[in-house]
Amino acid sequence: MADKNEILAGLAEIVAEETGLDTNEVELDKSFTDDLDIDSLSMMTIVTLAEEKFDVRIPDEEVKNLTTVGDAVTFIEGAQK
Amino acid sequence: MSPISLKRGPEFSRITGLGTFRGERVVPNEELIEPINSSDEWIQKMTGIRTRVRAADGTDVIDMSEHAAIEAINNAGISRDEIDTVILSTITYPHITPGGAPVLADRLGITAAAFDISAACAGYCYGISQADALVRSGNARNVLVVGAEKMSDWVDPADRSISYLLGDGAGAAVVGASDEAGIGPTVWGSDGSGAQLIRQTASWDEIRNNRDAAFPTLFQEGPSVFKWASFKMAPVALEAIEAAGVTPDDIQAFIPHQANVRIIDQLAKQIGLPDHVAIGKDIADSGNTSAASIPLATERLLRDGDAKSGDLALQIGFGAGLVYAAQVVVLP
Repeated sequence: MADKNEILAGLAEIVAEETGLDTNEVELDKSFTDDLDIDSLSMMTIVTLAEEKFDVRIPDEEVKNLTTVGDAVTFIEGAQK
Repeated sequence: MSPISLKRGPEFSRITGLGTFRGERVVPNEELIEPINSSDEWIQKMTGIRTRVRAADGTDVIDMSEHAAIEAINNAGISRDEIDTVILSTITYPHITPGGAPVLADRLGITAAAFDISAACAGYCYGISQADALVRSGNARNVLVVGAEKMSDWVDPADRSISYLLGDGAGAAVVGASDEAGIGPTVWGSDGSGAQLIRQTASWDEIRNNRDAAFPTLFQEGPSVFKWASFKMAPVALEAIEAAGVTPDDIQAFIPHQANVRIIDQLAKQIGLPDHVAIGKDIADSGNTSAASIPLATERLLRDGDAKSGDLALQIGFGAGLVYAAQVVVLP
C-alpha cells in the first residue's frame, strides 16, 4: 500500500504525463480545474491511470468531488484499504 | 435422422463495395455556440470537431440510405436484384414500426429480406458481422448493410452533453462471397449497466403520460462515456486483431466510431498502434454520425489516399447500450 507521499508522487507523474506540467507543480492544495487547467476528459484519463497505478476503484460519480489534488490523494489512500 | 437439408455458403466473405452520403449542410461551430454559451475553440479542444454535416430539412434517413446504397451496389459491380438481404442500422428512423429497411428495399426496387438493427454507434460493425455470417452460411449471396442517421432531428440546441457533436449521414457496404478471408471474427458484447450513459431524455411512455413533457432528445454522460470508450475498448480492439490471426503491425488503417477526436487519440494510444497506421478522423469535418461514422471515415481515408483497396483495417464501433463490436476487414 502506498502512503500519502507516494500517492502524491505517483499522481503527479500521471498528471505531468497527461498535461505536460512539471511534477512539482502538482501540489496538494492545487485545484485540478482552476490551477492545473485540467478539463473533464483529461480528468477521466488521470483517474483511470490512477486506478491502474494504485489498484483502486474511483467511481465516475466520485470524480466531481475530487476538486483538489489533496482530495484525490485522500480518496485513493482510503480506497486502498 | 432429420429430413432438413441445409444450404452451404462460400468459405469466405468480404466487403465488395462501399457507398456514402453526407448531410448537405456544412454546420460550423459558430452556428451552435450561442445556446450552449461556448466557443469554437472550446468545441475544437474538447472534440476535435470543426464542422459537422447535417441533412437538409426535406432529406430523411431513407433518402440518405438510398444514396449510399446505390453507390455501394454500383461499386460492388452487381445489380440491385442480386441483393437478397438489407440490414439498416439506425436509431433515428422516427417510426417504432415498420422498420426502415423494407422501405429502403422498396426504394431500391427489390423485395429482399429486410430488417433494422438498433445498436447505435456500433450498428455498422454489428451489421457487417451479421452480413458475413449470412453469406458464409449460404442464407444470402449479397447483403446490403447501411448505417444511416439523421441525428439533427434529435438534438437540443441548449444541450452541452452531445447535441453539438452530432451530424447526419449514411454509409453502406455490400458483403458478398470472396476467394479469401475479407472479414475477420467479430469481437462484440454489451454492458447494459451503462444503459443510462447515452440515452434519450424521456421515454415514449413518459411523453404519452405527460403531454407537457419536452420532446425527447439525445443526452450523454460525456466524461463517463469517454472513460469507457477510451480505456475499455482497447482490449476489445486488440482481441479483434488477435482473433483475425494478425498483429498490430499488419494493420494499415484504424477506423473507430467517430465519437470524439479525444477518444480516437486515447484509444489509439491504449491499443499501441504502430506509427504507420492511418487513423480515421472524418469527425473533424462530418461530426459524430453514429452508425454512419465508420463507413464515412473509411470512404474519407480511401479518397484522401491514406488507405487503399486491399489494406487491412481495424474497425470498432461502440455506443449507447452500451454495445460494442470490432473486426479486422480488408478494405474494398
